Amino acid sequence: MGINVIIGYILMFIGAFFFLVSAIGLVRLPDLYTRMQAATKATTLGAISSILGIGLMKEEILVKSIVLAVFILLTAPISGSALIRASYKAKSPLTNKTVVDRLKEKEGETK
Amino acid sequence: MKTVDLVYLALLTIATILMVYRLVKGPDAPNRAMALDTITTLFIALFVLFALVFDRSFYMDVAVVYAIISFVGVLVVARFIERGL
Repeated sequence: MGINVIIGYILMFIGAFFFLVSAIGLVRLPDLYTRMQAATKATTLGAISSILGIGLMKEEILVKSIVLAVFILLTAPISGSALIRASYKAKSPLTNKTVVDRLKEKEGETK
Repeated sequence: MKTVDLVYLALLTIATILMVYRLVKGPDAPNRAMALDTITTLFIALFVLFALVFDRSFYMDVAVVYAIISFVGVLVVARFIERGL
């Protein structure tokens, strides 16, 4: 068992931990916008860490796993941003603990 | 399949069950789309694990294609929620 396998397993379990954190956040957070926080950031880190960790253990899949990690790193923020913008336009409800809504203030100024 | 891989698989299964709870319960369409996107990202990591465990490197191609299709799918769903197709 080489050093790359040990580092790979450590990275894999860091990824699994972040997947679990993201899932708990999805269940427990109050509204769509806070849930999107858990769904986008924690899942991206979990996926990248898992994929790079698994790729380190085997040489044939290392290049493809790096390509896949870079692809997820580029596309996950774009899809999250598009989805949350669309659901704000569709008036998905905010939680009643909301303190400030900058987008609403900004649109009120321009009108 | 070694014991460590099984433990990793069990952790991912717990996470998937919690995400499916949000997918079933989610009050409106954006919540469901978000939960489905999260599950897709988890399954990409699962495909990469399959490539290691079963010693078949074509699972990596499956994972890449799945990532591209899920990205396009989420963009289409977002556009649909915003103003209809």
